[in-house]
Amino acid sequence: MADISLRQVRKFYGKTQVTHDVSLDIPSGEFVVILGPSGCGKSTLLRMIAGLEDITSGEIAIGGRVVNDLEPRARGCAMVFQNYALYPHMTVAENIGYALKVAGVSKAERAARIAKVAATIGLADYLDRKPAQLSGGQRQRVAMGRAMIREPQVFLFDEPLSNLDAKLRVQMRIEIRKLHNRLGATSVFVTHDQIEAMTLADRLVVMNGGHVEQVGTPAEIYRTPASRFVASFIGSPPMNLMPGVVSGPNEISVGDMRVATRPHGLVQGREVTLGIRPEDIAQGGGACDMEVEFSEELGAARLYHGHIAGEDFILQIGAATGPVPARVRFDLPQEALHLFDRTTGLRLPG
Amino acid sequence: MIEKTPILNFFTHLILLGGLAVAFVPMWLVFVAATLTLTEINSPPISVIPGVHLLENLTEAWTRAGLGPKLLNSLAMAVAVAGGKVILSSITAFGIVFFRFPGRMVAFWMIFITLMLPLEVRIVPTYAVAANALWPFQAIIDVLGITNLYESLTGVRIAMEWNLLNSFTGLVLPLVATATGTFLYRQFFMTIPDELFEASRMDGAGPIRFFREILLPLSTTNMVALFTIMFLYAWNQYLWPLLITTDRANFGTAVMALRSLIPTTGDSTGGGTPDWNVAMAGCLIVITPPLIVVAAMQRFFIRGLIASDK
Repeated sequence: MADISLRQVRKFYGKTQVTHDVSLDIPSGEFVVILGPSGCGKSTLLRMIAGLEDITSGEIAIGGRVVNDLEPRARGCAMVFQNYALYPHMTVAENIGYALKVAGVSKAERAARIAKVAATIGLADYLDRKPAQLSGGQRQRVAMGRAMIREPQVFLFDEPLSNLDAKLRVQMRIEIRKLHNRLGATSVFVTHDQIEAMTLADRLVVMNGGHVEQVGTPAEIYRTPASRFVASFIGSPPMNLMPGVVSGPNEISVGDMRVATRPHGLVQGREVTLGIRPEDIAQGGGACDMEVEFSEELGAARLYHGHIAGEDFILQIGAATGPVPARVRFDLPQEALHLFDRTTGLRLPG
Repeated sequence: MIEKTPILNFFTHLILLGGLAVAFVPMWLVFVAATLTLTEINSPPISVIPGVHLLENLTEAWTRAGLGPKLLNSLAMAVAVAGGKVILSSITAFGIVFFRFPGRMVAFWMIFITLMLPLEVRIVPTYAVAANALWPFQAIIDVLGITNLYESLTGVRIAMEWNLLNSFTGLVLPLVATATGTFLYRQFFMTIPDELFEASRMDGAGPIRFFREILLPLSTTNMVALFTIMFLYAWNQYLWPLLITTDRANFGTAVMALRSLIPTTGDSTGGGTPDWNVAMAGCLIVITPPLIVVAAMQRFFIRGLIASDK
């Protein structure tokens, strides 16, 4: 087990900057998920921790030891790749045991440890097969076994579930989390899937455009997103965002609608973005009124799509039967409102 | 083909049989000629029915051309060329594909353009180099003035010489140094996902280990294909061995030896007997080893194509 610490890590590919001064502390034994849209630099960050990419400037330390110039093998990390990257010509046992073979571990000990790992990942009966003879989920397990066998201090996962079908993905997600709870090694998991991120993480790191937007527990990030980007990226359906102008000490106007808020202490006339999650909206009577243009039935809930102040607006109500109404009336509860600066996108108090 | 109709099947078979005939008829004529006597072969029309003198013709060809040692020479040369080629091209392609170093593309293109310069085109300079393999180095230090400088300082003139004429090395090396194999391997290595290399790095394997334990086993099919092609290429060489070996008794190859069976130039008396039957029997002997190699290697080709564990 080891903690990981990143200090102002920058990475350039030629003149393009991929990560901007990323600083992050991951305590020993924590499960951290790095979440962001594709191209946000999350995989690069992971690969820099692994040692597969050089860093342009900054410092990466694992277990208190600066590893900037260390080869991957010396960093005590194991990695699970998106495409599994199994050696096609080796059997499952050889794949799992390859790191030990390279390290010069004796054949007998190798066999014992392979058997132990294979039992953990439920592949004891498949040790003589080649990767081509395995299903996607089994290959994924072999990749995990290959990472486990070295008993690494740090597990790195690079979108390991994205090649699996939906059902298997849920199942493997649970297995990964169980495995983490049992082994207790520090884990860093990269994904673009917010459900995966929310369910797996002790702490979530949301990245965008090479910057860390927010670090926090999944609940913190859901409840108090630090920026408009995080607000729109986390949550499904996404948060409704509307342009507004401060029109009073506890009031914001959105189009011709006046929304009551908690006292926010902002100056009159300041341009803000007002946000509310579709599931936080109180339906059935209220000040707001919207034409339902389109509805989605989810079974346990129903989504009404329309426009408020020219912006797309989604309203989620609980399980409902009966026809979709032409208009809905609803209220925006004060305590569920989020305020963001219109230009910087950062969260405002209130 | 996606469609399968009796008429289409008939025509595809017709085309296949036609191709087979074109390829096979000359071989058949060679075989028939090798089974006839001198009189039978010289009386028109051309016979297409085999005779009964195959064995005696084979024996005659074997002894007259001294095929025993020549076949051994050819075999040694072809195996050395094919083997050397596999080793050289896998290593060079490994360097070009998996390492980022300055001048990588220059090196690749330098290798690549040699594809346009087969041995036959550059045979004179190649011969000159073979006559003294150290000549290029000598030329460099001569031009740089090192030779003169060293002579004026010590009174000794540097003269490097390594003669490859009439040697096995000279026979093999120039044939090994061509680009086809490097190119073949490069194309294959580029299909290997980067993640495989990265996974092996995470597992602690260095480049050499990755090459030996992961790349080479994965490229077996490639290796077999290249070996077969290069074996045939080397076996069929005529011009280069002819040029570089004056000591035919020791270094002559089987293909060269065939020439001594061709009637008009056959012996020192000139003219010679027109015994094509013996020449054809010699041909039969000489084409057998490559046939065996192709037949043996074909199994691996097909296995490599069927196995989907890429």
